[in-house]
Amino acid sequence: MVLDGLNLTIESQKITVIIGRSGGGKSVLLKHMIGLVKPDAGRILVDGTDITALKGAELNEIRKNFGMLFQDAALFDSMNVGENVAFPIKEHRRLAKKEVQRIITDKLLEVGLSGVTHKMPSELSGGMRKRVGLARALALDPKIILFDEPTTGLDPIMCDAIDRLIVETQKNTHATCVVISHDIESTFKIAHKVAMLYKGKIIAYGSPEEIKTSSNPVLRQFIEGKYNPENS
Amino acid sequence: MIKILEFTGRPFILIIEEFGRILLLFLSTISWLFRPPFRFAVVFKQLEFVGVSSLPVVLITGAFTGMVLAIQTYYGFRMFGGESLVGATVALSMTRELGPAITALMVTGRAGSSMAAEIGTMRVTEQIDALYTMSVNPFQYLVMPRVLAGIIMLPLLTVTSDFIGIVGGYFVGVHLLNINSGIFVARIIEFVDLHDIFNGLIKSAVFGLILSLIGCYKGFYTTGGAAGVGKATTQAVVYASVSILISDYFLTAVMF
Repeated sequence: MVLDGLNLTIESQKITVIIGRSGGGKSVLLKHMIGLVKPDAGRILVDGTDITALKGAELNEIRKNFGMLFQDAALFDSMNVGENVAFPIKEHRRLAKKEVQRIITDKLLEVGLSGVTHKMPSELSGGMRKRVGLARALALDPKIILFDEPTTGLDPIMCDAIDRLIVETQKNTHATCVVISHDIESTFKIAHKVAMLYKGKIIAYGSPEEIKTSSNPVLRQFIEGKYNPENS
Repeated sequence: MIKILEFTGRPFILIIEEFGRILLLFLSTISWLFRPPFRFAVVFKQLEFVGVSSLPVVLITGAFTGMVLAIQTYYGFRMFGGESLVGATVALSMTRELGPAITALMVTGRAGSSMAAEIGTMRVTEQIDALYTMSVNPFQYLVMPRVLAGIIMLPLLTVTSDFIGIVGGYFVGVHLLNINSGIFVARIIEFVDLHDIFNGLIKSAVFGLILSLIGCYKGFYTTGGAAGVGKATTQAVVYASVSILISDYFLTAVMF
């Protein structure tokens, strides 16, 4: 069991970063929040609604409040950039073609891209793919945005760009953001709140300052990035 | 003794389990067929991919199957002076058996494999999860259009294969082996009934269902990255081909 006895409240309209070791269940936790994975026991409340009890159409209704950026962006590789961003809009809104086109351009500009609408995902760099993935996640103006390791696999400059993008997006949209990360530096750059996941539980939660000054040995070890055979 | 039972029983249970999951996928596909939203563009794309794009390969294999059939039956039938029956034999074999079977096997190799590979890649790169997060049901969006395309397009491809196979047989029989063209055609008209063609087409629709369902199933439950996609693709082709040939026997036994 990857997660066990886990309790965490995400503050609305804030950026919460969940940190923890690779393979520690961070992605699984994120997937629970949007109902991709169902817990064996326990509840997951989204705006007071327990999503573990929901199925099909009801769950889809809740999911329309979410946008998710996947680790490798998960762009549909049979569609070009424009079609990818347009996908959720075409699926859930009845809009004129021109209007859809306008939203695509807007959303791509929001993530700092222009002139790539006709490119295929395979022609894009890792950083650009993530930007397009974010534009697609933002397409329906979600209230909650989930980021699965947004900076993994990017060069330091692109990491910083994506970090800034997350902060800016949150400022502009006032969305509730949950970011999964094992990148300490970027965590402290973007987080309003930090939660540490360790052995299936949240062992620490607080503001970046509280986390930085915490005396919890596991947390200290993780922040300082020191390998300790006893604790690993 | 128990060990032997375990050893032989486990693969059997796995097969039954797998069969059950394919059946569930089939039932959910049917239920999604009648529920909105109806994405006609997605279905047409699959019709084009399974049908139109497979046409060249189906025409080539159909023509040569008819041609080789004409040669083989000619040399066989000549031994007892039955050359006049070559046309009817080619036509009956094509419509009842070879048209549906060869077409299904070719489309399995072309489209069934690609369904498994494409959906499998979507699975391992989280594109299927992405569909869920965007409130789009992947069974409805990915599986249903492909299965529908398989069921609709296979009979259409088969009928072209039947036709081109008989034309190929005619060309070889009449022009190369000097069978009288009047007799060649007359025997076809005499022996081939509409229900020969029709039953062949029913078989091909079942084959279309099998190959698309197994292709989608294998893709949908892919695990283990690129290697997993490769394995799923191979299994899709092998399972679908074997299932097509086995079901062919039973369908034929029931129909003719």
